[in-house]
Amino acid sequence: MKHLPWVALASGTLFGLGLAVSGMTNPAKVLAFLDVAGRWDPSLALVMASALFFMAIAWRLHEHPSPAGWRAAQGAQAILPESGRVDASLVSGALLFGVGWGLVGYCPGPAFASLGHAGLKPLVFVLAMLAGMLLHRAWEARQRERRLSDARA
Amino acid sequence: MTDFTPWSALLGGSLIGIASGALLLFGGRRAGVSGIAGGLLRVRRGDLAWRLAFLAGLVAGASVFAALAGELADVEIEAQFATLAAGGLLVGFGTRLSGGCTSGHGVCGLSRGSIRSIAATALFMTAAAATVFVVRHVPGMAA
Repeated sequence: MKHLPWVALASGTLFGLGLAVSGMTNPAKVLAFLDVAGRWDPSLALVMASALFFMAIAWRLHEHPSPAGWRAAQGAQAILPESGRVDASLVSGALLFGVGWGLVGYCPGPAFASLGHAGLKPLVFVLAMLAGMLLHRAWEARQRERRLSDARA
Repeated sequence: MTDFTPWSALLGGSLIGIASGALLLFGGRRAGVSGIAGGLLRVRRGDLAWRLAFLAGLVAGASVFAALAGELADVEIEAQFATLAAGGLLVGFGTRLSGGCTSGHGVCGLSRGSIRSIAATALFMTAAAATVFVVRHVPGMAA
C-alpha cells in the first residue's frame, strides 16, 4: 500500500492535535483524573468516551463495508478479532503499565506527542519506554527458549 | 490540580477517535501507539515508514497546538528524572506484555467490544489510580 505512510502521517497529526487539545499531553491533568481521592478532574473520561464513539462507527464501517466499498479504499483485508482470552500476560502487563502510568501521568501516546514541545522530561520517559519494550523482547525470547529446552528434556 | 474541561475534552477525544478511525478505514491499521512504537524495534521491510510517519504526526500535531495555544497548552510534569525512567520502563514492558495501551486497548479494542481489551483497560486504570492514591494519600509515601 503506497499511500499508507501518508494516511498514517495524517492520522498521527490529527491524533496528536486531539491529545493536545484535550489536555492529555499534560501529566498533571491525567493524574488529576486518576486521583479519585483528590480534586477529581473527569476530563479524561470524556476524551475516551468521544474517541470510543467515533471508533465504534469506524469498526462498523470496517466490518460491514458499504456498496461504495471502504475495503477497496483501504486496499487491505479485514482485521480479524484476536483470540479473546484473558491470560496471565495480559493481566500482569496491564498492571505494570498502570503502575508506570500512575507514577508519571504519561501513557505512550501523550509521551510521544510531547517530544516536540515539553522539554527533556518526555524524552527521558520515551527512551525508558523503548528500553522497556526491548527488555520485554529479550525476556520473551528467553521464555521461548526455556520452553523449547523443557520440551526437549 | 486541574479543572474539568468538558468541551475541549469532547473536541480532543473526537479528533482522536476520527484519527484512529481514519487509520483503520484508509490504512487498515490499528492506531495503538505502544504497538506502533513496539513494531519499530523489530525491523521488517516495508513496515517502518508508516510507523515513523504516525509517530512524527503525533509530535507535529501536538507541537502545532502548543505553538498556537500559548498558555492553554502549558503542561506540568511533576515526576523527577528517576521516576520518569522507572515509569517509562514499566509502561514499555507492560504495554508489550499485555499487547496494548490506552489507545490500543482503551480506544481501539474497547470500541470493538474485545474482552481482552475490556479486561486490560479495567486493570491498568485501577492500577494507575491505586498508584496515584499511594503516592499522594498514603502518609509517608507522599513525594
